[in-house]
Amino acid sequence: MGNEILEQHINKEYEWGFITDIDTDTFAPGLNENVVRALSAKKNEPSWLLEYRLKAFKAWQQMKEPDNWAHLHYPKINFDAISYYSAPKKKPELTSLDEVDPELLKTFEKLGISLEEQKRLTGVGSNIAVDAVFDSVSVKTTFRETLMEKGVIFCSFSEAVQEHPELIQKYMGMVVPHTDNYYAALNAAVFSDGSFCYIPKGVRCPMELSTYFRINASGTGQFERTLIVADEGSYVSYLEGCTAPQRDENQLHAAVVEIIAYKDAEVKYSTVQNWYPGDKDGKGGIYNFVTKRGICVGDNSKISWTQVETGSAITWKYPSVILKGNNSIGEFYSVAVTNNKQEADTGTKMIHIGKNTRSTIISKGISAGFSNNSYRGLVQIRKGATNARNFSQCDSLLMGDKCGAHTFPYIEIKDKSAVVEHEATTSKIGEDQLFYCKQRGLDTEKAVGLIVNGYCKEVLNKLPMEFAVEAQKLLAVSLEGSVG
Amino acid sequence: MITIKNLHASVDGKEILKGINLEVKEGEIHAIMGPNGSGKSTLSNVLAGKEDYEVTEGEVTFNGKDLLDMDPDVRAKEGLFLAFQYPVEIPGVSNINFLKTALNEKRAYEGKSPMEAKDFLALVKEKQKLVELDGKLANRSVNEGFSGGEKKRNEIFQMAMLDPKLAILDETDSGLDIDALRIVANGVNTLKTKHNSYIVITHYQRLLDHIVPDFVHILYNGRIVKSGTKELALELEAKGYDEIKKEFEKESV
Repeated sequence: MGNEILEQHINKEYEWGFITDIDTDTFAPGLNENVVRALSAKKNEPSWLLEYRLKAFKAWQQMKEPDNWAHLHYPKINFDAISYYSAPKKKPELTSLDEVDPELLKTFEKLGISLEEQKRLTGVGSNIAVDAVFDSVSVKTTFRETLMEKGVIFCSFSEAVQEHPELIQKYMGMVVPHTDNYYAALNAAVFSDGSFCYIPKGVRCPMELSTYFRINASGTGQFERTLIVADEGSYVSYLEGCTAPQRDENQLHAAVVEIIAYKDAEVKYSTVQNWYPGDKDGKGGIYNFVTKRGICVGDNSKISWTQVETGSAITWKYPSVILKGNNSIGEFYSVAVTNNKQEADTGTKMIHIGKNTRSTIISKGISAGFSNNSYRGLVQIRKGATNARNFSQCDSLLMGDKCGAHTFPYIEIKDKSAVVEHEATTSKIGEDQLFYCKQRGLDTEKAVGLIVNGYCKEVLNKLPMEFAVEAQKLLAVSLEGSVG
Repeated sequence: MITIKNLHASVDGKEILKGINLEVKEGEIHAIMGPNGSGKSTLSNVLAGKEDYEVTEGEVTFNGKDLLDMDPDVRAKEGLFLAFQYPVEIPGVSNINFLKTALNEKRAYEGKSPMEAKDFLALVKEKQKLVELDGKLANRSVNEGFSGGEKKRNEIFQMAMLDPKLAILDETDSGLDIDALRIVANGVNTLKTKHNSYIVITHYQRLLDHIVPDFVHILYNGRIVKSGTKELALELEAKGYDEIKKEFEKESV
């Protein structure tokens, strides 16, 4: 009986695994300086940006692919086998939605992302502006005009380069320099698109902003950048979602997200990461190597990362906060689920520089199948960061006995006034808990869902309402069949 | 209500139940007593469908249906309730959410729509009173940080909410002080109707002072060795289990 359920659900298809049949303009695989130049030319970029890319490319060439430190196992990536640009062929100018390829609109509709503002204005979830990124380009950003009335700039990165070059030049690379790490350098050289968001002084962004990333083309990598600048006293809640088709090959996703929060500003960044995780034998799936970092530049500023990671074959991701301003706050709430042959090495860095800075880390790892799930986190209290506080809680939940959970906390304290607390637990989803739930009339899937959601509650509570519901469903689907 | 015929069950290849025969009719309370290791908890777990127990022989009919053929959650939805000897903690899941899910799963099974929030809360209030359970416990995580007595009362509270046809109380009296014992017993007595039945598993006679059984069975070495009315429990209390052990030791070898 148990095996039957297991079979049934393991064979269940990844729901977002469809492929959109669309004409694309795709670069031949391979990476060299000419590719970087061609990419920049394709996007009609100013010369300073081309210079930046080339600088990053040179830096990348001199760097070594990180191999040993993360608790991950995957073959060496052949960077010459990847195409660095793929975009749907489009008409010369996209001025209205009517000009967007209907196939693309359909794709996003299918993913539950409506790009038609009218529809969204009346329907549920109307209060979210979306930037939809398809392979290497942004397809459409909704509600730009509405947001502009408040002075909020929300557009694709490429558009921002054209329309607000001074802002991009000023802020890009401020938090994640082009030399930061191997994948960040690669991204700086070949990034194709992404989102840009600027909230002016004193403005509370009137709606949630969201970027939806979709990889479609085969043999390509996705390298996008997101840059969020929250000026003094502003507030924004930002959501990020992502899916990819089900393919036998591994695809590389190496993104960079930078957040800058000035005095009294607050940025809340939520991710539901659902890249294709590969099949049950570990074939295919996305390699997700992402650098996400925010800086609380000003006093009393706050950056909060919330992530629900269920997808990707390999996840390498440490959303971090540099707490430079006095009294600034950094938060990291994470649920990372791995099933089948997935591997995740994820966590955060909290760098305390300012006085009275506070950080909270709540990490919930769930491992099932044959997967490996690691938490890796750094709490660093620099000299002069008086009265810094950190609280970290890292919990691991194991389902079955073929999976692994690992915790690698690093704590560096250079100021005696710091108070740092670290708690860690590892538990197994109990046969007893399951039986107890079943005895009250819940079937296995319901019982697992209930127990897992209970375990992740502190993190799910931090997600915006609609996202939380989505995340709960996703958790249930990701773990279906993990208990026989 | 339930008919158990020649039930044999083993754990890890070791036979624990060696041919149980028992019939519980609608409206009856049966007490099952016996020394440690006689198979009392095994019987309750087998009836509830716990996976580690393998039924090797025999049959169990519950309301005319083959109980052993049902998944544990179906048995529950069919109206079988087990009050656990050691109630399990489920962190992060509020008692109230847990019960709402359970109740609505059962209703869905019966083809009913989910209960209105208002009605549900009214029901919670009513049933909480029955076991004198603090209202705050309803919003706490299931059994997490509950005292031993609170856990047992919570089991009876859940039973009251789910309104089962047959409830098995597995040593519900263990670890309870006199007051808690009285509260639990009162709860059960209030919930007792002509149409539901109870199997009360216990070591001690004292619970049976409060919940008066129609029949008492003595389980020893995987078999019911003696059955009688409530007087049997008193007799057992007076003589102790040693008498039984001596009497039946030879047979069991």
